[in-house]
Formats: sequence, C-alpha cells, structure tokens
Amino acid sequence: MTKAITNILVCGIGGQGVMTATEILAEAAIAEGHDVKKTEVAGMSQRGGVVTSHLRFGPHVLSPQIAPGTAHILLGFEAAEALRWMGHLRSGGLALVNAVRLVPPIVELGLFSYPDDPIGSMHKSGINTLSFDAASIAGSFGDLRLGNTVMLGVIADQLPFSAEVLLACIVKRFARKGEKLVEMNRKAFAAGRTAAAQAHS
Amino acid sequence: MAAVTPALAQSRLLLSGNEAVARAVWESGVKVAAGYPGTPATEMLEALSTYPVEDIYTEWSVNEKVSLEVAIGASMAGSRAFCAMKHVGLNVAADALMTLTLTGVNGGLVIAVADDVGMSSSQNEQDSRYWGRFAHVPLLEPSDSQEAHDMARHAFELSEKYQTPVILRLTARICHVKGIVTVGARSAHKNLGFTKNAERWVMVPGHAKRRLPLMYQREQELKRLSDSSPLNVLEDGSDKRVGFVASGPAYMHVRETFPDAPVLKLGMSYPWPLEKVRALAKLVDILVVVEETEPLLEVEINAAGIIAHGKDILPRIGELAPEVLRPAVERLLGRESAAPQVPPAPQAPLFPRPPTLCASCPHMGVYYTLSQLRNLIISGDIGCYTLGAGHPWNSLDSTICMGASMGVAHGLDKGRAETDKDKRIVAVIGDSTFMHMGMQGLLDMTYNRGNVTVLLLDNGTVGMTGGQNSPANGRDIHSQPAPRISFPKLIEALGVKPERIHVVDPYQLPTLFKLLRQETKIDDVSVIITNRPCALIKDFKPLEPYFVDAAKCTGCGNCVEIGCPAIHVIRRDKVVKASGQEVGLAFTSIDSAACTGCGLCLQPCAPDAILPLAAQNVVSIQPL
Repeated sequence: MTKAITNILVCGIGGQGVMTATEILAEAAIAEGHDVKKTEVAGMSQRGGVVTSHLRFGPHVLSPQIAPGTAHILLGFEAAEALRWMGHLRSGGLALVNAVRLVPPIVELGLFSYPDDPIGSMHKSGINTLSFDAASIAGSFGDLRLGNTVMLGVIADQLPFSAEVLLACIVKRFARKGEKLVEMNRKAFAAGRTAAAQAHS
Repeated sequence: MAAVTPALAQSRLLLSGNEAVARAVWESGVKVAAGYPGTPATEMLEALSTYPVEDIYTEWSVNEKVSLEVAIGASMAGSRAFCAMKHVGLNVAADALMTLTLTGVNGGLVIAVADDVGMSSSQNEQDSRYWGRFAHVPLLEPSDSQEAHDMARHAFELSEKYQTPVILRLTARICHVKGIVTVGARSAHKNLGFTKNAERWVMVPGHAKRRLPLMYQREQELKRLSDSSPLNVLEDGSDKRVGFVASGPAYMHVRETFPDAPVLKLGMSYPWPLEKVRALAKLVDILVVVEETEPLLEVEINAAGIIAHGKDILPRIGELAPEVLRPAVERLLGRESAAPQVPPAPQAPLFPRPPTLCASCPHMGVYYTLSQLRNLIISGDIGCYTLGAGHPWNSLDSTICMGASMGVAHGLDKGRAETDKDKRIVAVIGDSTFMHMGMQGLLDMTYNRGNVTVLLLDNGTVGMTGGQNSPANGRDIHSQPAPRISFPKLIEALGVKPERIHVVDPYQLPTLFKLLRQETKIDDVSVIITNRPCALIKDFKPLEPYFVDAAKCTGCGNCVEIGCPAIHVIRRDKVVKASGQEVGLAFTSIDSAACTGCGLCLQPCAPDAILPLAAQNVVSIQPL
C-alpha cells in the first residue's frame, strides 16, 4: 500500500512561506490524481522558529510524516535549516537549497555560532546538494518575495509529473491578484527551472 | 475572515483536520459554534466563521468555559451546537462539562478538543481521552482529515440519539495535516424548541441525584454500541505475530509500519469495544496498544483480563511515529532493528532556532526594560510574551497557565521569605489572556490588599495563535465592529486606584523604565497598560526603517540586547580597556527589509549611529 510514495520535506523558518510552497506542491500532486498528505510543525513557528513541512503523495498515503532517511527531496529555504534536516533524506536523495543565511538573534548575541559553510558541510556528508541564490534570482524580477516561486521552479523538473502542472497551480493561486503578478511568477518559475538545469549540468 | 461560498457536496478538497471538522459542523446544520483560540484547535472556529452567517452563528468567546456554556445554552434551546478548544482549554471548561453530562443535551452538542501531542505550542502535554472516562461521555478519534469530517458528522447523530455531549478528540497531527476530503451536503437541523423542565436542566442536588443513574445507564448503552459501531473496525492481516489496538494518528503510523498486521482501529475509543479487543487477542500472538499519550486503553484492556503490551515498550511522551514504533516492536519480537540508512548528521551541533519576538513587537521594549531592572520577580503568562523568558531578555520567572500571572504574583508577594523582602513582584499578561482568566486574579489582588505591579501588554489581538479578534480590539470573529473594552475603566472597576493605572507607549524606553521603577517602589497594586498593536496585524502601521551608520558604530552591542531579529552583527572585535579588562565588540547592521521602524534600538545606542534609512538615501546623493 505504501509503494510509490514520494516524500518531499520542505524546511525553512517561520514567515518564509514554507507552508504555502508545500501547499502548492500538494495541489499539483492532487491535480495529477495522487492521494496527498501534508503536515507541518506549526504553532509558534510564525515567530522566526524552525518550520518543516512534510509532503507525501502517491496512490494511497497513510502516515503523514516523513521518517528520517526516507525523503526523496529536501527543499531547503535556508542554508543552515537544510543542514539541520539533511538526515531526513534517503540514500541518494536530492537536496535543493536556497543558500540564503538567516541568522537568528540567539546567534547575534554570541551564544551560538552559525556554520561557516552549511552547503559545503552537506556536500562533505555525501549529500547530493544543489544550492541557489533565490533572492538574487527573484530580485532580478524586482521582488524578493518571488524567491519561493524560484525554488518551486528549481524543484519542478524533479517531480514525478510535469513542471507545467506545478506552474498551473502557482498561476491559479495568483490569478486573483492580477495578470502582472501572474507574469512575474511565471518568469520566476522559469528562472528557477533554468538555474536548476544549469546546476545539474 | 471573509465569508466564502461553501464548496459543493461531493467536492474533493485538500483540507486540514480543523477545516474538515468545520465543514462537517456546517453540513450538520449546527446553529451555534463558539471557541477560544488555542493551538492546534484555532482553525476550526476560524474556518467556521467563513461559512454563511445565515447558516451558522460563530463567536470567539472570552474563554473556553464560556464557549462551552454558550454551546450548552444553544443545545438547550434545541439547536445543534459546537465548541472547539485546545487540550488545556477543556481544563477551564471542565466545570461546565461535568454537569452537562448529567443534564445531557437537547440539540446535538459536540466538543472538539485538540491535544498538542509533541508540545509544539503548549505548556504541557495532556491526554484528553481521560475526559471521556471522567465525564462518562463518548469520545471519537479520527485519524485523518476525511475521518475528522465523517466522525464530526457522526458525533452529532450520536449526541442526539443518546442525548449526550460527544467529545471529538483530535491531536495536532490531525488538526494540522492536510489531506483529501470528499465533503457532503448540508442538511438543516430541525429545532423543536426549549422545553421548560427544571428536573432536567436545573442541577440542584435533588435533581442531579435522579440524573446520575441515567448517565451511567447511557454509558452502559454506549459500551454495547461500541462493539457494533462501524467506527471500530477489526482489520485482519497475514502476519499474526503482533496485533495492534490503535486510534487517531497512531493508527496511520501502525498501518504504515506494519502493513500486514491485524489492527483493531478504534474510531470510538471510549467506551471501547471489549468483544472486538478479545477477538483481536485471539487472532494474534502478542497484543500491542499504540496510544498517544497515556496508557489508558492498555491499563483498561489488561484490567479486563486481556494481556496487552503498550507503554512497557513504547514512549509515554510525544508522537508514536513509524521511526519510534518499528524498533520498539522489533525488540519485542527479539530482533534488532535494521538501522535505517540515514545520512550523517552535522558534525558540530547546530545552533537552536527558538521562536522569538518579531521586529517592532511591542513586547520587546518591555522585556528589554525588565532585563535592565534588578530585584524583580516576574510572574508571566501564556502568549507571545512568554517568549520574554528567552534570550536576550531572560525576564520571566514563572509561567503556569492562562491568567495565572495574577494569582501567582499575589502568592509570590504574600508567601515571600524574609530574604526576599526587598524583591518587587511584577506580573506580565496580555490583553486577551487578561480577559480569558486574568481579571479574577487582579480582583483577588486588589481585594486582598496585594502588592504587585501588573504589566498589561495590550497588543490588540490574540497574537500567538495568529491574530484573532477579541473585546480588546473591538472586532468580532468576522472582523466586524464590536463593543470594545476599556482597560483603564475595567481595571479601575476591579479595584485598582486611578492614580495607579498608567497607559504607556512601549516604544518609549525611558518612560517605561521610569514608570516601572516608580510603580514597583509603591506598596500597592499598579497596572501599566501598553498601547501598541501587534506587528503582525493590520492595525500596525510600519514606519520608515533605520540603518546603522558604520562610520559611527563603536561596536558597543547595546542594540543587540534589544533582541530584534532585524539587527545583525557584521563584525566582532576585542579591545583591552585601560583597566586591563578585555571587552568584546559587536558592530552591527540593520536588515532594512525586516525593520519596520519601531525605533527601540536607537534609544540605547550610545554614539547615535542608528539613523533613518531615508537620511542615508539623501546623504548618498553626492553633488556633481
């Protein structure tokens, strides 16, 4: 029953849009006829804490949680958070990471240190990791908030369905907010796909 | 939240457990739904408030007890009624529940209670299944969104058939998991009206004595029902070494981990089906009860003479996810679990990332000020401001439950040791929490001649649960204008002297500091009310961001001590003072995209290096 389940773990920090991005991925999986479960640790997470969102889809999904060592893809919205959650990837899994460094007050106070090179540590641990500067890609379209759409573009060609299905779900979500925003998201999505293709090659 | 047109029956929707319950409540023709926000239950009422107001009345009640009482009244009146709360909310509402079980219901009444298993956002982890036993009422446990929907509908039928309140027990892993739900059609509920009947509704001892046997009789009938209930399903399996009894999300984890094992899935977990458990026990070599969190069924099943494992092999704390279940059961079978292929963890432990106050949070200046004062004992409460216990403020000495800051502060004062005679007692509470259960504590304090300085942090919303409305901001659940409470008047009515009530701007650090020092020196009850809105709600108007002029920054690090997430250290250094003492320096910058201009950080900045970003932009234009 649990065969052919795809596990995607999305991680980041509160306020980054982790849950919304995962929801769009879930909608795309549903559009493709999959059963879907999506879960996150939420609650106080809006206040800059750690957020992880688990997405599982396939013919029939039971447990909503992705067990450590079983994720096919880790979609990281922040460098150190990707490092924190890399243990959820299965052997041979793929990490797609927005390399932005979001340093919390607890580090600024000098109580802890932020790792010098989280992406490098992931590589050293043998994780197949591709990192992206989503903010500057998004910034080139004039709005930093498009970073999440860039990251959805990055993951788009790694899914067991076509990137167009995912794009359609993004477009649907922004359709009410006007054609200009839809167009910007299309561009950001395409830029994410291009960046991923370049990183792979 | 704005009203939306409900999706058509038979639609397949991606819904959280909370949204699925809300849909079912609407479909069931419920007329009145009430609740108080609390993670993970909040979205049930939020979602319900988006259904047509002609169909269903929804309200944010001031606390869970009131929400249940509202539901009881609506049920007495003949309507179907619903209330939703988090696990600790039912502690507050328990007084009403324990008598409601005697009167029973008229219109169907369902109480959804959500346990924070794993404690993502609560002060404790408690098992609400106890209430089924304690109150002798049926308890249903869905294990995903579709079941949450279906069981909520079933619960209203059950409630009316047996004239009993029904508890729908959810956990965070039901409330916040989204899954596909096929929804149903709404059918209006026929209200036959209120019938005066003192023996039924007036619970004086004489009447209650006659209701008690009826309650036990109902419980016996429900016990019999449980064995035939379609909610309790015995699923056979090919691997009969271990059979499982499971409910809620634990059922899904069991099915995921042991797809071939026989499982008794309990949808109605109280009263539980004795014959079905016996049938499962006969089917398998070993019986394991998988329940979050207390060993309730395990103890009761063993007491019934059926040998079952449970908490002897499984943790009593937290979620029973597949990675927890598998090794425990493999060990029971005398096998070492094959180690899962997990990539290595980071070599050095990573920094923690606890939740923290937002940029421009009106609580930040208060905690900064409290951290600068000495000789205080600070009694805290439940809300965003509980985060004041964290770095860099470290300015809370206790948190117990909602409203407790008042009574605990009063007790800290009355019970103080001789060695603490110079300590000043401060209580910190939020606006919604004050109305929830804090007012009574303040009244107790004034009546009993207390000596506490109360900080009432009025940010005009229920912040931690995502910004719900309350009497403090004068908006109802639909964000429509509603009567707004006046805190100064309310507090004066509760016995605080007018000259001891102050309203302050929490962005003005010198005023806060002066006032706190002044009031803590006076042997009386004082209340200091702050008046800035939560930085995440629409009442908050962001101001121009600031920047750090690197040429002026001396690295003193004072601004870092504010605790603002928009302030970053760009360079550290050390200097040796004339005294020979080595001092660390932290040169900072402000993330102008995150800064919303509260201006707290520039107040302790010694060299006046923090300036409006607009000023920088002007300066940067050089003359040709």
